[in-house]
Amino acid sequence: MKIYVPRDAAARSLGADKVANAIVLEATKRGVTVELVRNGSRGMVWLEPLVEIETAQGRTAFGPVTVADVPALLDAPDTHPKAQGPVELIPWFAKQTRLTFARVGLIDPLSLSDYEAHGGLAGLRRALEMDGDALIDEMKLSGLRGRGGAGFPTGIKWDTVRLAQADQKYIVCNADEGDSGTFADRMLMEGDPFTLIEGMAIAGVTVGATKGYVYIRSEYPDAIHQMSEAIRIARMNKLLGPSLLGTGPAFDMEVRVGAGAYVCGEETSLLNSLEGKRGTVRAKPPLPALQGLFGKPTVVNNVISLATVPWIFANGAQAYKDFGLGRSRGTIPLQIAGNVKFGGLFETAFGMSLGEIVNDIAGGTATGRPVKAVQVGGPLGAYFPVSKFATPFGYEEFDGQGGLIGHAGIVVFDDSVDMLQQARFAMEFCAVESCGKCTPCRIGAVRGVETLDRIAQGDAAAMPLLVDLCDTMRDGSLCALGGFTPYPVMSAVTQFPDDFARLREAAE
Amino acid sequence: MLDTADFTARLREIIAEHLPLEGPLLPILHAVQAEWGHVPEAAVPVIANALNLGRAEVHGVVTFYHDFRHVPAGRTVVKVCAAEACQAQGGRDLVQATLKAFGLKDYGTTLDGKVTVEPIYCLGLCACGPAALVGDRLLGRATAQSIGEEVLS
Ligand SMILES: Cc1cc2nc3c(=O)[nH]c(=O)nc-3n(C[C@H](O)[C@H](O)[C@H](O)COP(=O)(O)O)c2cc1C
Ligand code: SF4
Ligand code: FES
Ligand code: FES
Repeated sequence: MKIYVPRDAAARSLGADKVANAIVLEATKRGVTVELVRNGSRGMVWLEPLVEIETAQGRTAFGPVTVADVPALLDAPDTHPKAQGPVELIPWFAKQTRLTFARVGLIDPLSLSDYEAHGGLAGLRRALEMDGDALIDEMKLSGLRGRGGAGFPTGIKWDTVRLAQADQKYIVCNADEGDSGTFADRMLMEGDPFTLIEGMAIAGVTVGATKGYVYIRSEYPDAIHQMSEAIRIARMNKLLGPSLLGTGPAFDMEVRVGAGAYVCGEETSLLNSLEGKRGTVRAKPPLPALQGLFGKPTVVNNVISLATVPWIFANGAQAYKDFGLGRSRGTIPLQIAGNVKFGGLFETAFGMSLGEIVNDIAGGTATGRPVKAVQVGGPLGAYFPVSKFATPFGYEEFDGQGGLIGHAGIVVFDDSVDMLQQARFAMEFCAVESCGKCTPCRIGAVRGVETLDRIAQGDAAAMPLLVDLCDTMRDGSLCALGGFTPYPVMSAVTQFPDDFARLREAAE
Repeated sequence: MLDTADFTARLREIIAEHLPLEGPLLPILHAVQAEWGHVPEAAVPVIANALNLGRAEVHGVVTFYHDFRHVPAGRTVVKVCAAEACQAQGGRDLVQATLKAFGLKDYGTTLDGKVTVEPIYCLGLCACGPAALVGDRLLGRATAQSIGEEVLS
């Protein structure tokens, strides 16, 4: 009997380890031999721990499974009250277009043979037969844009690094994933780490880099474990090392662990951190592509950007480009979080409207109260009111509505949320996490908290000050931490004015 | 008190282990904290010396990052997620309830040194919040009660 119990951090936080132990124990009692696989998560977090049993008809899902559910799971799975049917037919799952996440939850994350049996390494093998120009053309054609937030075309970034002359170049994977409401990088690294390795190897081949680093935030111990193990296994099997797959150029990589600084997700701050310095932001130019890690030409890409590369090379750039909307090509792993009925990771082509995502996919709020606000794109993203639900999910489309998609985190709030408190939190977060390099961010954010407290006490004169402050931060900050904090703050002010006026009236 | 000779010997071992790395300072600091539960002030000059850096520079790095502690924490560290997706799921109340359960007015360590409660900004469990980390154990849909039970276990 083959049974899958995720070792994904979200599943574990909901008791997956206890369920896995109970399955082994109960199976032993019954004299049943169980092959237990700790897979990644299928992304349906409300069903975690989601247990799958392999049958002749495919994999059947059960969830959310508790320890108490286990005996019946072994005795009478067909009539189990937690039975969800074949996992891939669960509508939430079936509606997706899983390219980057195709193998997450499906395979044993640390089995290289499982990885290959499900299409792994096909992209790298193809890339190793292409020359530099063809590799870059493929990346450019795919239309892939950075999934870390800024949306810069990946092929163009790689070309800059490729054309730079240097004795050493680097591939740096940004796995700092600090945005609240996001967990795609984590799920990918925990559920299919070889994909990231393969993507970084293709990047290395393309630009002529022999060394890669994955900078993972310290808040992700499971991802750190899975990535480190996968790299060790890849090296042992000569996937990585002096010659990629025994035929290609040299490429090796290492995991590095962050130290709890949100700003280290900003690429130049991350490079400083990797070098062992304070994570302050560097002025650009020089671009990291030309003078990055230790001053050498460096590709810095988000986990999802890099993990999508193997699919593109295995299936062709055109196939990837055929998905999407406008200038947002391919798929995006939406991370549906906050107060929702059905939260988790939903990969789909760009273009779905925010309303469809929140009402149909997420099923509205878990509390059953009306949705009031949706923050898209992390702590630097704008709050969207229900009146903007028609906005299609795409870089330009969200920009046009005064927002950003960022790393595609979608955080839903019901009508009990106080938007003044949310605006205050945005300023407070910026103050705590500022790298300190520029005054508008370092001092401005502290003033922002004070100003919002004055508004909360009914001081109407403080509102113009807040607006000025946001302008100053937007125009005078070196990076997007100070520069974009005005997004959540001002969107709260303009879209939800009642929350800022209510107390003023009370004071009058 | 740390025995000075033992401390320095172990510290030198840790440094030597990481010295071949490119950019070894953060890995060294993580290892030091894993060993002693904080980055002791006395470690700074030794590390600075070994890496050919100024003391002020190393000190600056230690203080920049939220992870590095100047003094050891309580026996169990409870980190409650204070970020937006958890706020949307009752995270603000969870922070207050947790502090109250341990008799704390604000983030910090209980008088008996048993528990330290701190905020954390996202654990990547945003679809099953509010989330908390107790020691090295993650809790989804956490309550003050589940946190309390985990601290005792
Ligand atoms: C304050 C701040 C935090 C950021 N955090 C992250 C992060 O956690 N992960 C990430 O990939 N990009 C983050 N970015 C964006 C990076 O600077 C950079 O654009 C990205 O890593 C480039 O990779 P991509 O082109 O693949 O998106 C952040 C930017 C800022 C200003
Ligand atoms: S905006 Fe803030 S975080 Fe960014 S460089 Fe300036 S001080 Fe640092
Ligand atoms: S390093 Fe000197 S007090 Fe922290
Ligand atoms: S916001 Fe709390 S776990 Fe992400």
